[in-house]
Formats: sequence, structure tokens, C-alpha cells
Amino acid sequence: MEVDYSGDVMTLNMGPQHPSTHGVLRLELKTDGEIVADAIPHIGYLHRCFEKLAENIDYPGIIPFTDRMDYCAAMNMELGYVLAVEKLMGIQINNRVRCIRIIMAELNRIASHLIAAGTYGNDIGSFTPFLWCFRDRETILDLFEETCGARLLYNYNWIGGLMYDVKPGFEKKVIDFIDYFEPQVGNLNKLLSDNYIFVKRTAAVGILSPEVAINYGVTGPNLRGSGVKFDVRKDEPYLGYEEFDFDVPVGKGDYGPVGSCWDRYIVRIREVKESCKIIRQAVAKLTPGDVHESIPKRVKPPVGEVYMRTEAPRGELGYYIVSEGGVKPHRLKVKSPCFTVMSAFREVSRGSMIADVIAILGSFDIVLGEIDR
Amino acid sequence: MNPQEIAALLTEKFGSQILESKLDAMNPWSAVEPSAILAICQFIHSDERLKMDHLELLGGVDYKDRIEVVYVVYSMKFRHRYTLKCRLTRETPKVQTVESVWAVANWHEREAFDMFGIVFDGHSDLRRILCPDDWEGYPLRKDYKFPKTYRDMPV
Repeated sequence: MEVDYSGDVMTLNMGPQHPSTHGVLRLELKTDGEIVADAIPHIGYLHRCFEKLAENIDYPGIIPFTDRMDYCAAMNMELGYVLAVEKLMGIQINNRVRCIRIIMAELNRIASHLIAAGTYGNDIGSFTPFLWCFRDRETILDLFEETCGARLLYNYNWIGGLMYDVKPGFEKKVIDFIDYFEPQVGNLNKLLSDNYIFVKRTAAVGILSPEVAINYGVTGPNLRGSGVKFDVRKDEPYLGYEEFDFDVPVGKGDYGPVGSCWDRYIVRIREVKESCKIIRQAVAKLTPGDVHESIPKRVKPPVGEVYMRTEAPRGELGYYIVSEGGVKPHRLKVKSPCFTVMSAFREVSRGSMIADVIAILGSFDIVLGEIDR
Repeated sequence: MNPQEIAALLTEKFGSQILESKLDAMNPWSAVEPSAILAICQFIHSDERLKMDHLELLGGVDYKDRIEVVYVVYSMKFRHRYTLKCRLTRETPKVQTVESVWAVANWHEREAFDMFGIVFDGHSDLRRILCPDDWEGYPLRKDYKFPKTYRDMPV
């Protein structure tokens, strides 16, 4: 759409304290009437220089800090980190650790996508899905609490193993939850995904073409929403994900052009179902074993560097670690999926309406703790 | 392509501008001449055999004698990865921007500037991104002194 922006341009600050910015983010909107001529994101309000902190702590001590980056998906954050350190040290883990890690990561993915869908509905103006999503998420948090004592920031994945083994009866509780939860996805679709108002608000808004998405380094559900079939779990498997049978849902443009807000949203809902499939298989593969078996007495990786990426709920999470042979990393760099998607925000939102800015921002599903680190 | 083939292709094309390659590392990498980084990036992005269209990571690393800029690039089409490194002096770290090749480099370079003081020549908007605009010093440098106060407020 060609728009003439020759009218009076007004600067409008959205945030940093705005309910739909999902954290402390400031958007500097240049508006012409109701049209957004430019939207400049200002980030850094939650910056605590995690990377500098990490250079001053030993390797196991960093794990709790990784939790605090993406607090909606802490299991996935620490999983990426411990896998990077294990790769650097050449540690092999046993099957039990592997399966429990997969179960936990996928449960956390479901919890994270439930937050994404619920708060997105809330942004658009429907409140009930928010409550439904948080109700189901509670069950997952209960499972985490039972296993490691924490509901949000777990410190559960350790280098070479896990903090505790799961409690007896955990498998049954997980399967019971999945049995209960899978039909709930259908209910959520009836209530929100195919809702006429919701579709009208999202389906032709915030188009992100595949070329632009790749150029801006967009990954995860946001990239798949643009129709690019790319998932690190499939294309560069870790933890033996290649043994699992699951699909990679992509946006097909059911209600409008491919790459719209609705496509990004529905990819998450479909992914939740795939996660349920993975969890069932992982529970079936669970064998007895000692989860502390391969935990090293002293974490002191050899000189070298590693880049390890995993599929976190918000996209490709990368850890780049440079080791000089000490007990602390020489450098730890995090490639944050929300950071890169936020850099594409300006491009996507230019020329849209002010109300659509909220729809676009919600569809990206950002967590500011991870952008600012 | 495997890393050996990528390195061979780069050496064939750019010759002496490829300073050093380490292919048996966990992440095979090549250190390149900083003045040639833009040409190399344009080549690996557009060459039909490489098609490195996804910049996974761009960041600085501070060593005692130099500052390195690390580029981890990946091809969505061929599913191969390679790492490039630029070695800069600690006194005046300066390198060309690759913003024109991958749009995401804009923010990554701003972060590297913010954290290490690396100047990206030709960058369209080289401002601090995570720290406040009036912050002094570059936090991720090894010789960084933690400030006691910021605008007369204790930190």
C-alpha cells in the first residue's frame, strides 16, 4: 500500500509502561493521523548485562541466570546452555536424562505458547481465552513444582544431568495432562482462533514475507508463520529429536495472505499439538537410569569455542561460548530470537494503523527479559 | 557443502585476504582481513553454491591483544554453516558494516558497538542499543571499570 506521509507527523510514545508491550518496551511511533509512518523500538530497559555477569561466574552458576532471560520458557533457556557446555566438554548423557529433558522442554513450550495465545487474545480484546490458557498452564507449573520445587525459574537442567530425578508417578500425571489438554486445543480454536472478530483483527495485518523474515534473522514460529518450514529440532537435531515423529506446522494463509499475524498465532497453536505428540513418545521411551551419572565433579572445559543452537518456543536460541580453559567462560554470547524479530518490527509495522501495531507486537510474542538480557 | 569446501572456495576467491583457517575446530572458522569483510559477506550471501542468507550471530570477543568480531552464518537452503572472524586492534576497532547484506546486522552491530566500542563504518544508525545513550565505557571489554554512580545515583 502506498501512503503519502506528507501530512503533519506526530510523535507518540507507546510504553515503556503499556499493557500490550509485554514488558518494558518503548515504541516511538511517528503517526500521520491514525497511520503509523514509522515505529522505532527502544529497548534496554531490562538490561542487566548478563553476558558480563557470566564472565565472572563459574559454568554451573550461570544456569540460574539463563532462566531469567526468557522467564516464560526457563527450561528451554537452560537446556540450550547446558547442551552448549556439554558439547564443549564432550559429555554424553544417558537416555533417562535425555527423555526427561525433552518432556520438560516440550511441556515448557506448551506453557509458553499458552501464554502467547492467551495474552494475544487479551491484546485483541477477548478475555476468556486468557483465563483458559492460564488455567491449563497451571497444571504444567504444578508438574514442574513437584519435580524441582520451582514454578517459574527452575535451575533444573544441570551440566551433564538433572537436579533431581522425577517423582514416582510423574509419567502418569504427564499423560493424564496430555489426555486432558489435547481436546482443550480444539476448544481454544472454537473460542479464539476461528472467531470472526479475531480473524478480522489479525488475518490481513502485519505481513512478514519469507524473504524479509530470513533477511532479518527471524526464526521460530514467526518464521514458520511466513511459510518457511524450518525447525532446529528437525533440521539440526539435538537430544535425538530425529527419533521422534512430529510435524513442523507452517502458516498457510487460511484467512488471508501468508505471513500475517493470524498465521504466526496459529503456528503456535498447532505446535502445541505437536509437542503433545513428542511428550507421549518421550514418556514411552523413558528408561530407568541415574540422572546424576554424567555430572562432572568440576566443570572446566578445554580451550575452544562452540556455537550451539536449540529451538526455544520463541525461535532459535544460540549460545556462543569461548573457553580459555578456566572455570569461567571467557565470553558468553547469547543469540536471542526475540532480539532479531524485534529488529524486523519497524519494517513490518510501517504503514499500518495504531491499533494494528498492538496486533503485530502481540503476534511476535516477545519477552523483554530475553531481548535486553 | 562441508567446511573444507567452503574454506577452499573462500581461499580460491579471496586468496591472501583469508588470513587463517581452522577447520578441525568445533565451529570451523576463517580469520579474514577486516578491509575485505564486506566483499566476502556479499560473496557468501549471493554465491549460488553458498547462499548464506541467515546471519545467526554477530558479536565481539575481547582478547588481551585484540578484539574480534565473530560472524556465524548459515544457509537456509543448503543447511551449512561457517564462521568468519575479523581481528581488530583494541585501540581503534573499526570494520565495515554488513548491514547491506543482512538487515539483522543493523541491531547486532549496534549491540557490538554498545558493548565493545567497535565502530562499524557506514552503519546507518550507530547508537547505543542496550545501555543508556549517555553511558560511559564499553561494558564487555575486559578492562572495563564498573562505575560507582550513574547521573549521581549509586549503581
